Amino acid sequence: MFKKLSVLLGVAAGLTMMASAYAADPIKIVFVGKNTGNPYFDSLVQGFVDGCDKLGCEFEFVAPATAEATSQIPFITAQIQRGVDVIATSPNSPDALNQVLDRARAKGILVLSVNGDMTGNEEHRDAAILPTDFEKVGADQVELVGSLIDYEGEIAILSATTEAPDQNKWIVGMNEALANDPKYAKMKLVATVYGDDQPEKSTTEMEALLSTYPNLRGVISPTTVGIAASAQVVQSAGKADTVKVTGLGTPNQMRPFIKDGTVEAFQLWSPYNEGWLASHFAVGVKDGTIKNEVGATFEVPNLGTITINPLNSINTQAGLTTFDASNIDDFNF
Amino acid sequence: MNSLTAALRFILLRREAGIAVMLVLFSLVVSAIEPRFLSLDTLRIVMLAVPLILIAGMGQMMVLLARHVDLSIGSILGFSAIVAGMAFRDLPEMPWWFGFFIATFVGAALGLVNGAVVTLFRLPSIIVTLGTLSLYRGVLFLISDARQVDPQYIPRPLIEMSQTSPIFGIPWIIFIALTIALISYVFLDHTRLGRQIYAIGSNPVAAPLRGISVVPVTLLVFTLSGALAGLAGVLYASRFGYVNPSITGVGFEFTVIAAVVVGGVSINGGVGTVLGTVLGVIFLGAVSVALPILGVSAFWRDAIYGAVIIIALLIDRSVRESGIRSATLEARA
Repeated sequence: MFKKLSVLLGVAAGLTMMASAYAADPIKIVFVGKNTGNPYFDSLVQGFVDGCDKLGCEFEFVAPATAEATSQIPFITAQIQRGVDVIATSPNSPDALNQVLDRARAKGILVLSVNGDMTGNEEHRDAAILPTDFEKVGADQVELVGSLIDYEGEIAILSATTEAPDQNKWIVGMNEALANDPKYAKMKLVATVYGDDQPEKSTTEMEALLSTYPNLRGVISPTTVGIAASAQVVQSAGKADTVKVTGLGTPNQMRPFIKDGTVEAFQLWSPYNEGWLASHFAVGVKDGTIKNEVGATFEVPNLGTITINPLNSINTQAGLTTFDASNIDDFNF
Repeated sequence: MNSLTAALRFILLRREAGIAVMLVLFSLVVSAIEPRFLSLDTLRIVMLAVPLILIAGMGQMMVLLARHVDLSIGSILGFSAIVAGMAFRDLPEMPWWFGFFIATFVGAALGLVNGAVVTLFRLPSIIVTLGTLSLYRGVLFLISDARQVDPQYIPRPLIEMSQTSPIFGIPWIIFIALTIALISYVFLDHTRLGRQIYAIGSNPVAAPLRGISVVPVTLLVFTLSGALAGLAGVLYASRFGYVNPSITGVGFEFTVIAAVVVGGVSINGGVGTVLGTVLGVIFLGAVSVALPILGVSAFWRDAIYGAVIIIALLIDRSVRESGIRSATLEARA
């Protein structure tokens, strides 16, 4: 009796799945963030929320308290058991999630890596939605600091941790741009230091930079904790005019420094657009209107035509957005 | 027996001798490698890095003197800073200095909870505060909705306490820290209650027989430790310009306990001085500033920092033992 019932239920479930394009059952999307309390992700989540409001999908955001390599695994496991249709995640590690994501995909769940990729382990996710072409971030940042110091003088980099993959990719890009582009011939990278994304450590590193390199003209800090600490240090030391701080930061974090002139300009992309694009892509793939194949294109309202690049990676914008006094009030994240 | 050796022995017999020797040795070694280390600039960086640790260190010292430990101060700092920060953000009419009372009061309340659980249930403080370290961090995520308090909400006069100076170019926060140390010294060395803390830690069994009420004094040290961690919390907002639930105060307890123990406070209770703790805090501050100035690679930084703590403890012990030995020989002769 029970056996028959379960077979029936199984058939029913199968029919529902096939008929999902017509059924009222909305597509369930979950986003497993790096950690809670990260203002950057508030905006990304808002993009998902607005996308699902428009498309009629169900969305939920969950995240561990700390951004450790394995802390996302229990959250993903729970979502697999809950039976969601799409798991989007910003992986805290390039390889720690391989097995749990394989299990999700074996159950037919669409797995997206959002805002960061699992470099070298791309086969464990279906697609990656990245804010911009990370290969170009380093060069863009060098150009920005160059424009602030008239392409002349000593510069330094204040990064997060030594093993952060994105940071290291950008630092390589910065070094290559400085070495290869004759435009930057008069700029000299004197130090690359690491503040571990801790305000205390980042502050001490920045103060040591100012002390060690009295001729320092510019600092690139491609991390929100680092750029805020650097700005605070040059403001305290009254050196905002001689040492130009720039890097990657969020408008809310940097607003006071832009307003009082401590920082002239910094860059980032729009995390909101990542959530917006990810929700459209997920729903499109699930209902069959988007083919998840390299080279395929699809339309996203407000973002235009999006192309799926090699390794199934998708960029929301071509270059970085530069924030300065003229536009910072247009952004709230 | 000339007066010089007598003076020397007097110094060596002091509890603080070891750490003072260590501080001088370390500064000499570092400045031999990098002469720039011995400069007013470095002194300024060190003095700016230590006030928060010094303030919380005074509380931790009292807890250790009573033969307990408070592992929860990092979360108490974060909790108090978030509550004060949310008050700044949500009650803009509130006078900014009121944040000091809020943070200190919240910290004291959380400290009192620690003390109450320890005394009421007779549980080891290391376990209780390990629990509240997680508990307070968890609750602070809930009350803050896991969102950070952005820089634009931190009152300007509060930030200026870390930047502007009443006298000699020394910022306000350093004076606040030194005032707390001075009050702690008077309290511990020149009041009955202060001496009772030492008595309890030296011999918890004998203390009640000598008419000391152990429970109220224990409650007091935990409350003071919490209150001082709370005060450090509002100063965190001053120094770093924002408060983040997953960053603010994380790992702070280890920095503070290491500094206090290096300063000669015994984890077995009853032994330790304010001067020693001040030197311990300055010593570890000097180490954390020296490593980046020496250009030590970030990969080695943590390992060297840890090794220096152990070496400092060994030197401290051997210096003190030689002092005691010479005194014993003298007495026999």
